[in-house]
Amino acid sequence: MPTFVYMTRCDGCGHCVDICPSDIMHIDKVTRRAYNIEPNMCWECYSCVKACPQHAIDVRGYADFAPLGHSVRVLREEAKATISWKLKFRDGREKNFESPIRTTSWGSIKGPAEYAAPRPEDFKNQDLAHEPQALNISGGLPALRPDQLKQGVV
Amino acid sequence: MFANNPFAALSGVLPANAMQIYLVLMVLAVFAGTLYDVMHKGSAQYFFENWRKSKNNGASPVSGGEMVALAVKTGVVDVLASGEFCNPRRRAAHLLTMYGFVIYVAATAVMVFGYPTPATPTPRIVPLLWWIGGLMICLGGYWFWFFIRVDVAAEGKSPLRLMRADLFVLSLLGSVTLGLIWATLQSRSSAGATVLFGLYIMATTVLFGSVAWSKFAHMFFKPAAAFEKRVSDANGTRSNLPGPADKPELYGSARQQPRHY
Repeated sequence: MPTFVYMTRCDGCGHCVDICPSDIMHIDKVTRRAYNIEPNMCWECYSCVKACPQHAIDVRGYADFAPLGHSVRVLREEAKATISWKLKFRDGREKNFESPIRTTSWGSIKGPAEYAAPRPEDFKNQDLAHEPQALNISGGLPALRPDQLKQGVV
Repeated sequence: MFANNPFAALSGVLPANAMQIYLVLMVLAVFAGTLYDVMHKGSAQYFFENWRKSKNNGASPVSGGEMVALAVKTGVVDVLASGEFCNPRRRAAHLLTMYGFVIYVAATAVMVFGYPTPATPTPRIVPLLWWIGGLMICLGGYWFWFFIRVDVAAEGKSPLRLMRADLFVLSLLGSVTLGLIWATLQSRSSAGATVLFGLYIMATTVLFGSVAWSKFAHMFFKPAAAFEKRVSDANGTRSNLPGPADKPELYGSARQQPRHY
């Protein structure tokens, strides 16, 4: 289900090129518009679709998986912190969704660089980064005790 | 220099109607190139098919009066103010280049047709507008070429890398730059003026003759696409996009300029 660009809407701004995690959105040399250079490597993450300021990118499913006639389009409105989806089915049904982009306020989540660097002894510990605090579990990590295991089996 | 009509001084070397015929040929080349481009790419067929699909799928049909209002809005916002650009720098560069081009071409036509020889003295404002238009094109065009172009700003490629997409901007900048240099040399009766004039005509011919292969014709296609987009928003199809969320715009954008390197 690769992405494709509506050339009449694209103005060659480069936002999709910047955001594509596969680096497969490039700028065409003849028209200076964006295009997907490797559709079979596209993982339909919708990053470029959401990032395009002109809504010039769409995703179309392969016909054996999603027969023609459907439409899935997304509108990300950063200023309103909403993302809206419109799904059109082949039989005419339509579903609309509107979700918040985030449920925490802007700037409330620390970026990775804002945490202290791990100490050498942390690497010997079985806990992952920021555990157990980041798990938000009171009373520590749950762990099975030997007497909870089925007797005579282990 | 800024008050001299450089085309009037040519009448000593070329017949007065030579430049007039050349201008008419260039206008015809634009029309022919655009028509060929439209036929070759099927743009008109695609546009009208899209238009028909949008009209048939539209939940709320658009009345004639509304259509006129949308056309006016397209003309004012999308054409005259280049409203489709989201990036303010791109928009500013485009406005400079666009209005510079209009002023430059209009002033050229007035000088060539209205005041072709020194016998008909040119009002000072006309060559001055020609220079202002030319300098606006150079300012907007070179700014775009060296700093804003996506290949350079977003992809980190050398600003000197050339490809077919550059044909329009380069030929426009080449034509205007050579024209301004020629006009300077012409006003001082310098030796190199004739050579510069020849280069100016060559670059101008490339600009208007390459319409079928360059992005010149976008000035006709983009307004049509912008109008079709407004009509599809008005009739509810919106290219199948969801409508804007009914929430206030409270947050700034975290979006950064694309820098893919």
